[in-house]
Amino acid sequence: MIGVVARRRTVDVVSKILMGVATVVGVFFLLWIMWTTLKFGISGMHWDLFTKDTPPPGTDGFGLRNAFVGSLILLGMSLLIGVPIGLMAGTWLAEYGFHSRTANVVRFINDIMLSAPSIEIGLFAYAIMVDPMGHFSALAGSVALAVLMMPIIVRTTDEMLSLVGNDMREAAIALGAPNSTVITKVTWRAARAGILTGILIGLARITGETAPLLFTALNNQYFSTDVFRPMANIPVVIFQFALSPYTNWQQMAWAAAFITVMFVLVLSILARWLLGTVQVQK
Amino acid sequence: MSGSDTAARIDIGSAPADPKVSGRSWSLSGDFLFHTAARVAAFLAVAALFATVIAITADSRLSIKTFGVWGFLKSSEWNPVTQTFGAFPFIIGTLVSSAIAMVLAVPVSFGTAVFISEIAPSWIRGPVSGAVELLAAIPSIVYGLWGLIVFAPIFAQIEPRISQTFGAIPGIGLLFQGPPMGIGMLAAGIVLAIMILPYISSIMRDVFMAVPGPLRESAYAMGCTTWEVAWNIMLPYTRTAVIGGMFLGLGRALGETMAVTFVIGNSNMISSSLLMPGATIPSVLANEFTEATTQLYISSLIYLGLILIAVTLVVRFLAVLLIRRLGSREGVST
Repeated sequence: MIGVVARRRTVDVVSKILMGVATVVGVFFLLWIMWTTLKFGISGMHWDLFTKDTPPPGTDGFGLRNAFVGSLILLGMSLLIGVPIGLMAGTWLAEYGFHSRTANVVRFINDIMLSAPSIEIGLFAYAIMVDPMGHFSALAGSVALAVLMMPIIVRTTDEMLSLVGNDMREAAIALGAPNSTVITKVTWRAARAGILTGILIGLARITGETAPLLFTALNNQYFSTDVFRPMANIPVVIFQFALSPYTNWQQMAWAAAFITVMFVLVLSILARWLLGTVQVQK
Repeated sequence: MSGSDTAARIDIGSAPADPKVSGRSWSLSGDFLFHTAARVAAFLAVAALFATVIAITADSRLSIKTFGVWGFLKSSEWNPVTQTFGAFPFIIGTLVSSAIAMVLAVPVSFGTAVFISEIAPSWIRGPVSGAVELLAAIPSIVYGLWGLIVFAPIFAQIEPRISQTFGAIPGIGLLFQGPPMGIGMLAAGIVLAIMILPYISSIMRDVFMAVPGPLRESAYAMGCTTWEVAWNIMLPYTRTAVIGGMFLGLGRALGETMAVTFVIGNSNMISSSLLMPGATIPSVLANEFTEATTQLYISSLIYLGLILIAVTLVVRFLAVLLIRRLGSREGVST
């Protein structure tokens, strides 16, 4: 009997240590990647990054202005496309579909889309927009990014609206408000922190996406705001510059990566904080 | 979301839609517009999945016609000069790199999930699970950059030791031979493992947290150790969702592009050694798509994408199905 007890205790202690080690490994890699990005990113920081355009291959100097502006335009257009559709689809699920068969099928398919590899969505945008139009365009890139962020918004909107108590809806209906007014004036407002969380998470997800942009927005060495043409953007610049032989390009890739990571982290932390306020309300 | 909750909710969706009944036609028509817009949006969200498959199939038609299905899958010849294309090396590369990632990531994720849900004192829980989730927020291109510039040089110094240790073992020794380059199939697998770790571990943690208290408390009361509770009580109870979480991670690994492209070495040759460079379907797409000049070349690349979609769709379908099965039983939304 002693043997069995000792063996069980040993297994328990060893497994606990291994589990602790596993957790440390995950956190270690996070810190390592963050530290690298910080170290190389800070050393690549230069005021010219924000005021000048990307320098041609083999020349000195820094500059990412065209890529920053391009990325902001891409993200802005993706929000314009993705947020209304995602918000309305999530609203339909929570306020009209409930747990009907159709609504559950929509939720299931949305969950499958939630984990879609970004490269597939990029190919999709290529097939429906770039191929028929005959050239790469920022608009196609935005469509790809919007399709990537939509499922996140659909799901959070659905979940957050479901958390809103029915007494609120009943009170509004009793006052004679039609459905659309109940939803826009009462339930959306009650769930706005949660819905905003979904949008922030969606934005964080697409901020660093590179693969879909390789098939759609491509890159542009020059400053451009024409959404029907290729447009410079941060992720593709990181990809091209990191693999280039020029030192200043590599430094710029790190600086761009650092700014992207910081942006995504701020969005994620903001989203977590917002979500915290939602749970307190409940 | 339990069943009783559904019954309790009022179905405001079926309010009278006939304008004549209430007399306030303007608000009802606004209502109708709103409802229609919501319906259309929900339809679009669903249609995106089918549209993806249809559009990509349509664009790979030329290549399907030229090489057929089996011919394309079996052929290892990928030569833009002679315009012959075959998917075999990339299929192997995708499967092998993902397999390495799963072998490494699943045990670590399980350990992390049990540590957070059972072992860690509550003040550690928040920061640690937050940190692991932030790992998921880092864009994949940053993983690639880190993998190529920081990890690969260090890994190149470790590789000779791996070759010495495992290379001598008959059979699996073949997998660990070759010059130490730092980049290759194994390096890609390791970077992928770090990437998918937060996805798998957060699902596992969520479902472990949802195991009913009485179940694990009674096991502890019987004198079970933490390990026994985790392995014999929590794991069997959450099995379907845990497997679903693994499939979710696998789906990520199969389709991951940037992190792999930077560190896999991009070689169209199939090598028996894991230390040698290779290529995956996403990596060849990222590398060659903008350089593809002929219609057949582009079409063949999209055909590769179609194969990837076919595989990941099945994996993702299973993932969602398995995670939901536990969810519907226990009211967990994961």
